Amino acid sequence: MNVRVLLNSRLMAIVAVAGIAAVLPAFFPSAYYYRVAALVFVFALAAIGLNLLMGFAGQVSLGHAGFIGIGAYAVAVGPTHFGLPPWLSFVAGAALSAIVAFLVGRPILRLKGHYLAVATLGFGVLLSIVFTNEAKLTGGPDGMSVPHLVLFGWAARGSETWYWISAVSFMIGAALALNLLDSPAGRALRAIHDSEVAARMLGIDVARMKLTVFVISAVYASIAGSYLALFNGLITPEVSGFLRSIELVAMVVLGGMGSIMGSLVGSAILVVLPQALTFLHDYEHMALGLILMGVLIFLRGGVVPSVAAMFARRRP
Amino acid sequence: MTILSTERLSISFGGVRAVDAVSLEIDAGKVFSIIGPNGAGKTTLFNIISGIYVPEEGRVRLAGEDVTGLVPERLARCGLSRTFQNLQIFFRMTAIENVMVGRHRHETTGILADLLHLPSVGRQNERTRAAALAALDRVGLAADAERPAGSLAYGALKRLEIARALASEPKALLLDEPAAGCNPVETQELERVIRSIVKDGITVVLVEHDMRLVMNVSDRIHVLANGRTLAEGTAAEVRANPAVIEAYLGVQRSREAARAVG
Ligand SMILES: Nc1ncnc2c1ncn2[C@@H]1O[C@H](COP(=O)(O)OP(=O)(O)OP(=O)(O)O)[C@@H](O)[C@H]1O
Ligand SMILES: [Mg+2]
Repeated sequence: MNVRVLLNSRLMAIVAVAGIAAVLPAFFPSAYYYRVAALVFVFALAAIGLNLLMGFAGQVSLGHAGFIGIGAYAVAVGPTHFGLPPWLSFVAGAALSAIVAFLVGRPILRLKGHYLAVATLGFGVLLSIVFTNEAKLTGGPDGMSVPHLVLFGWAARGSETWYWISAVSFMIGAALALNLLDSPAGRALRAIHDSEVAARMLGIDVARMKLTVFVISAVYASIAGSYLALFNGLITPEVSGFLRSIELVAMVVLGGMGSIMGSLVGSAILVVLPQALTFLHDYEHMALGLILMGVLIFLRGGVVPSVAAMFARRRP
Repeated sequence: MTILSTERLSISFGGVRAVDAVSLEIDAGKVFSIIGPNGAGKTTLFNIISGIYVPEEGRVRLAGEDVTGLVPERLARCGLSRTFQNLQIFFRMTAIENVMVGRHRHETTGILADLLHLPSVGRQNERTRAAALAALDRVGLAADAERPAGSLAYGALKRLEIARALASEPKALLLDEPAAGCNPVETQELERVIRSIVKDGITVVLVEHDMRLVMNVSDRIHVLANGRTLAEGTAAEVRANPAVIEAYLGVQRSREAARAVG
């Protein structure tokens, strides 16, 4: 009975994604497609984290690529300069992101709305400057190379391998997020979004709850950043740049604020579309911008919630 | 026995004394109403008692303990709950989810258990849901449990806030104008709800403009005007008090007269 309940409610969407991820490679004409699909899953992972913060708790962050940067540089700097094994560097990166998020989040999350947006933006910019300027450690603007992830003597390399790693990681990340939402902490987060005063009056420690979700979302971004670096084998400060942060926000909003599967859709749109539009040459970015605007005008609330609402309406 | 009391509470906004040396003694298990004209300071008084504002002077005591200046989340854990004059609904959630949030202080799982959805979380979710449904049932909203809160009518939202507050199992419950915007049927339903809450031993502090409701359910009535105490007593005493008639009921009457004419 428990398994049935599980499948029916929370984790059904993940089972569906698993099915799609399993059959999708049959349609891939080349390794390049594995690469693009892997990037979709990796960015979706970061977008889930940001969605918990933005879509559910209602707290914006325009600096989340900073945490992607921490995760990415951890797996580059750890093995190169400190002789740490890549897997340990990966874990250390996530831990460091959590600590940084905790320390930065405490003062910053007291701010609201636009003030929070600008403060997080500043945080992201600050981190990418650090990655650019600490050239001895990070290779500066040219970046640095990243050694392969080696587990029990097996080295993770190649687009196909990373496709499977990122797909499975995405599913784990999505499952954890869906678990959280169906729990006391998840309900508290969603409550904060609508009325902080009512949430507090029901005994919710709003400041602590915001900090918790900020730390969780930072860890998601950090893990995505580590994957990105390990997968590419090369890392530059751009990975943590302002544009990356904006791109993450766009993924969350496009797919649907407060929709975990929306984060996957948002990531898919923003990773695949630029590749698909390259035939437009100089007009590529313009077309991308127009499509994004169109989606938000016609599918207000993001792709997944809008489509879900359409299906709900069609039912008697 | 006194469950909730204030001692010469005062607060001002830009030189205006919104609440001025107000002392209350509220008996456990009774309905204590606070009335007064618009801007008398009733909501401000609630905001101080519930920790949203810190008073400039005076003390608040809850169940014998000095709770002055405690933040709302601490007061909630001490057994205080309230509803809001301007609704504070979690609009992105369903009715029952709103009330489930009310169970927060009784939920014990940690964030790691929540992320992993350990069996304890599943069991707790079930308990929370059952308690929330019971609270919804008490205010007559059980049939609307799964509806998005945003789709409920105004009067239902008022009762949803009461259910949410009840779910936290408070010792004292502050209701700020629960009958505002309700039709006569809904107001009657509300009266029944208030009586049932008190029967469970929960103290109700009621701020309300609907005089019929106030006179019907109140054990004691405290009258405020311009932030200051004007009178206190039973319904009969307050109704007969000349100062009250002049400052408050008079306003009410002239308003009714105006309505009758207009
Ligand atoms: N945050 C605030 N800042 C400035 N003035 C305030 C604030 N809160 C309340 N006031 C003022 O304090 C006075 C009392 O307001 P309050 O809302 O407590 O009245 P009330 O008795 O609840 O009135 P009503 O019956 O209309 O709800 C009013 O003059 C109001 O303008
Ligand atoms: Mg008021």
